[in-house]
Order: sequence, then structure tokens, then C-alpha cells
Amino acid sequence: MTRRRSGHERGAMGGVRATRASRVGRAVVVAVALLWSLGPVAYGVVLSVRPYAEVTRDPLGLPTELDLSAFSTAMRDESDGGFGLGRFVLNSLGVAAGTVVLSILVCVLGAYAAARVRYRGRAVTNGIILAVYLFPGIVLAVPKFVILSRLGLTSTLVGLLIVYVAATVPVALYMMRNFFLALPQSVEEAAIMDGCSLGQLLVRVVLPIAIPGVVATAIYVFMIAWNEYFYALLFLVQHRDLWTAPLGIAQLGDFQVPVTVLLAGSIAVTVPVVIVFFLAQRYIVSGLVQGAER
Amino acid sequence: MTAGPVQAPPGRARPAATTRPTTAAQRANRSGWLLVSPSLAVVALVVLLPFVLVVVFGFSEIRLVDIPFLGTEPVEWTLDNFRQAAASQAFWGALWTTVLYAGLTAVGSLAVGLVLALALRRRFAGRGLVRALLLVPYVLPVVAAATIWKTALNPQYGVVNAFGRAYLGWDTPVGFLSTTSAEVWGVPVPVALLVVVLFDIWKSAPLAFLFLTARLQSVPGEIEEAAALDGANRRQVLRFMLLPQLRAVALLLLLLRFIWSFQTFDDVYLLTEGAGSTQVMAIQVYTELVTKADIGSAAAFGLLMSLILCVLLAGYVLLSRRTDES
Repeated sequence: MTRRRSGHERGAMGGVRATRASRVGRAVVVAVALLWSLGPVAYGVVLSVRPYAEVTRDPLGLPTELDLSAFSTAMRDESDGGFGLGRFVLNSLGVAAGTVVLSILVCVLGAYAAARVRYRGRAVTNGIILAVYLFPGIVLAVPKFVILSRLGLTSTLVGLLIVYVAATVPVALYMMRNFFLALPQSVEEAAIMDGCSLGQLLVRVVLPIAIPGVVATAIYVFMIAWNEYFYALLFLVQHRDLWTAPLGIAQLGDFQVPVTVLLAGSIAVTVPVVIVFFLAQRYIVSGLVQGAER
Repeated sequence: MTAGPVQAPPGRARPAATTRPTTAAQRANRSGWLLVSPSLAVVALVVLLPFVLVVVFGFSEIRLVDIPFLGTEPVEWTLDNFRQAAASQAFWGALWTTVLYAGLTAVGSLAVGLVLALALRRRFAGRGLVRALLLVPYVLPVVAAATIWKTALNPQYGVVNAFGRAYLGWDTPVGFLSTTSAEVWGVPVPVALLVVVLFDIWKSAPLAFLFLTARLQSVPGEIEEAAALDGANRRQVLRFMLLPQLRAVALLLLLLRFIWSFQTFDDVYLLTEGAGSTQVMAIQVYTELVTKADIGSAAAFGLLMSLILCVLLAGYVLLSRRTDES
């Protein structure tokens, strides 16, 4: 900043204060950005409440009345004239919930060790964890598929669960380690002074203050498992009753399913994720971008 | 669980321990390994073991039908998979497509993220809400996002073609997701690939925006005020103060996005299934495995991919070292 000293005479306040022009410019950027981010989503919502015939006749039209039949058609069972998305959602819910429980259990311990305990080999294990976080996952898809199919698990939801735990452990470790590092250490030191055991320390002292971080990580893990498509396609494409919600929607797209029903299904599986994310947004974001502030 | 806590409390050293101050360190050691072992076990089972296997598969002749006999027969080592990959048009084509796709996505999402972060830097009414809303594309399940984009770009009833024909004078609908190349004012444009890139930028720019915003927030306001007092105008503040501060994180974002996009499968497959010359490497691996039922070849493709990524990762590590030091 010192290099600009020569311009000192040129009006002290001209610099940072937002001018009128810059405020207008910002308003334009913000409006375009919102249109760009939300436009497609709004389009999807609008189409999902219009009757299919009307959409094909007048693609640019707006809904004249609220037609929610696409949602129930998407959700109902095949035997009931629907497309079975309700069952796919239940499959997804089961796998995602299982992934969250297993992944968080494993990672709370590992992340705490990585953040706080000074054990021999800590640098090496932390290095391994970072390497795994950045490791290209697609390379391992082939051997994972082979191993699980050798074990007879590729056409089961359990196989999918195993893969999802594997996929989420690195990122969960990374996020929770960041959360633990941000906690004040003095409380733990006091507890240790009082002769607290490791188990007590974790359950009674650390977890209660770390709970926002744990919940945020759990939500992020849930989102990954809920949104996952590749392994579901690889493992379960031939077993329609086991399809997860993303696989179901993608597969139905290849059938003669009205596009309004597909969009209704897409919106239906999106809304819960978006709501939950925004409830915990602040914590998730801080866990993800930690380290970028430096 | 008898392992001691992080540090041994003073005066509670076990009487049996005759060696002096090592107890605290020993306990920390034991608790550390106890805590970290489940994570390491998961990593070993689902990352290290598969990695060893993918190397074995890449150097052997193995197909999907061989899976039931795995482990019962000796491995026949061969270099055929790599030889075939190097000789195949599909491999080099996919590599070029992937590099183009990942490069454009990385640059595009960084640029969009930068504009957003700078525009939302100053406080204004509703900024928190705007920030949250900008994250929606990032949070959206990829399948839902792809379904919406596919519908919008559909030649028959999609909004883009309908708009183009109604207001922009398009004679025929454009197959955005199936057209390999189209002439725009005499310049050939890879239509489908650019649409996929645009989709990925749409989905990933919010993350770049988050990282850049976090970095911008840690630039102390006083520096900027001082610069203003010294007579720096807004463009100078941006050029000489903010952008240099952002350089390190921007480079990391570029590299990370390139690495992530380099292995993208979902976005491309869901939008085009590889049509319109959008066969990226990940789709090649999938095709070799599922359509051609050739595990060895799929593994070789994957290994070659990871070789390229490892070079980039090494770059990342060096870069983050440098950032740590500065």
C-alpha cells in the first residue's frame, strides 16, 4: 500500500466508500447471479406443477393452475399406477442413515486423535488421511466393484452402504478434525487434571461442546450418500426394487415417463436436502473452508 | 479402556513404570493409536487394498466372468492392457476431452466464484440470504440438476429451444446435448462439451465462492482504509491489495477443481451418456468395465488416469507447503 503514497493529495475518501455507480454495478451482478443460480431450479419447480400436455404444447407458458398430480404419480407404487419413487426414497434413506451412523462413529475417534493427541506416527497417519481425501476415487471403483461382487454384495444395499462409508470417511475425518481444532483446549486440560479417562473425556467433555460440528459433518455425509449416483448405477441397475432415489430418477428418464413426473421426483428428493443444509449451513461451510482463511 | 488421556495427570504415574517421564508420552501414544485405528482400518480395507488390486488387475488378463474364480488361480502377468490403451483412439480422445473439460471447468468456476465473492464483499441488506441462495446449485442432488438441465435443453419442449425459436429466430431446434460441433459465425464450437462444462461450472462455482469469501473476510479492513487514505482508488485496491491476497487460494481452487473434474462421471453421464463427443475418462473406465466386461482394461485406464492425477497432486502438496510457509 505504501507504493501509492505519491497520490496522497488526491482526496482521502475517494477510495473505499462505495460510489453510486459501484452500487448499481453490484446490484446488477447480484441479480444476474441469483437468476443464474436459481433460474434452472425455478424452471424445474414450475414445470413440475404443470400438466404434461400443456408443457409440450406451450413450453414457455406459466402454470395456469396448480397441478400436483405429478408428485403423487412419481411417489406411488408401480402396482398403483405410479413409478415407485416412494420405495426408492426409503432405500436411499436407509443407506444414507446407515452411512451417517457408521462413518461418524469411526471418524469422531480418528478426528479427535488427529486434532489433539500427540502420539508417535501422528504425522504419518495424518498424511495418509489427507492423501486419501484427495485420492481420485474413480480409480478404486473397479477393484471395489470386483471385491464386493466376489463377496456377493454388489446387488445389495449393504454393498452400497460399505462403499458409501468408505467414500465419506476421509471427508468426515477432515471436517471433524477442523472442528476439534477450533475448540478451546482448556476445558479438556482441566478434565485431564481431574483424572478423567479417555472415554469419559470424549463422551462427557469433548462431544457436548463439539456437537454442532458433529451434526454438521453428519448432515454433509448424509447429503453425499443421499445424492450418490455412480455406485448405485454400478451395483444396482438390474434390481429395480433396490434402486435408490437418484438411480430411480435417472433410470426412469430412459423410460417413457412424462417429464413433469421426473421433475416432480427431482424436486421431491431435493427439498429435504436443501432445507437440512440451510439449517446447518454456517457450520458446514466453516468446516469446509477452514484453512482457506490464511 | 485403561489408556490414559491425552497427557498423564501429574502425580498419577503408574508405580510400575520405572522409566521416568515417558509415561505421559506412552499413554498419548496408546490413546492415539486406539482412537485412530478404526479410521485406519477403514482406509486400509477400502482404499489401500483396492489400490493394490487395481494394480494387479491392470497388469493381468481378467474379465467380469472371471470374478467367481478370483484368488483360486494364479495371476497371469501381462502388459497388454496398457499396450491396447496406448494404441487406442478412444483412450487418447478421452484424455484430450477430459483435459479440455477439466481445464475449462476449473477456470470457469474460479472466475464465476471470484466475481461473486467480490460483488458480495461489502455488507448490504439481504447479503446473508443472497449468499445462502447462491449455494443452491452446489447442494442440489446431481441427478435432479441434470434432469432439470436436460429438460430445459430438450429440442421438443425445452425452454431454451422454445425461446430461441420464438425470439432469436432459430430455424431448427438445437440438440445441445448431442451435437458434437456446430459452426457459430464460421468458428467450430464443441456444443455438447461446452454445455457439460457450463453445467459443472454452475454446480461448482459456489464452492469457489465460499473459499474466496472466507479468504476475503480475513483481509483486515484497516489495510484497505489506509490504502484509501493514501489515495488508492477502487481499481487499485482490487489490483494491488485484494487479488494478491487471493492468489494462493485461487491457485489451490484451480488445481482442486481440475483434479475433481478430471474424474467426473455423474455430471457428464447423466447429461449426455457420452454422446456429442463428451466421452471423458471416467466414462471410458465405466464402458470398459460394464459394456466390454473387461476388468483388466478398465483398471489400466484407471491407473493411467491416476498417474496423471498424481503429478497434479504432487503439485498441490508443493503448493500448499509454500502457502503454509508464507
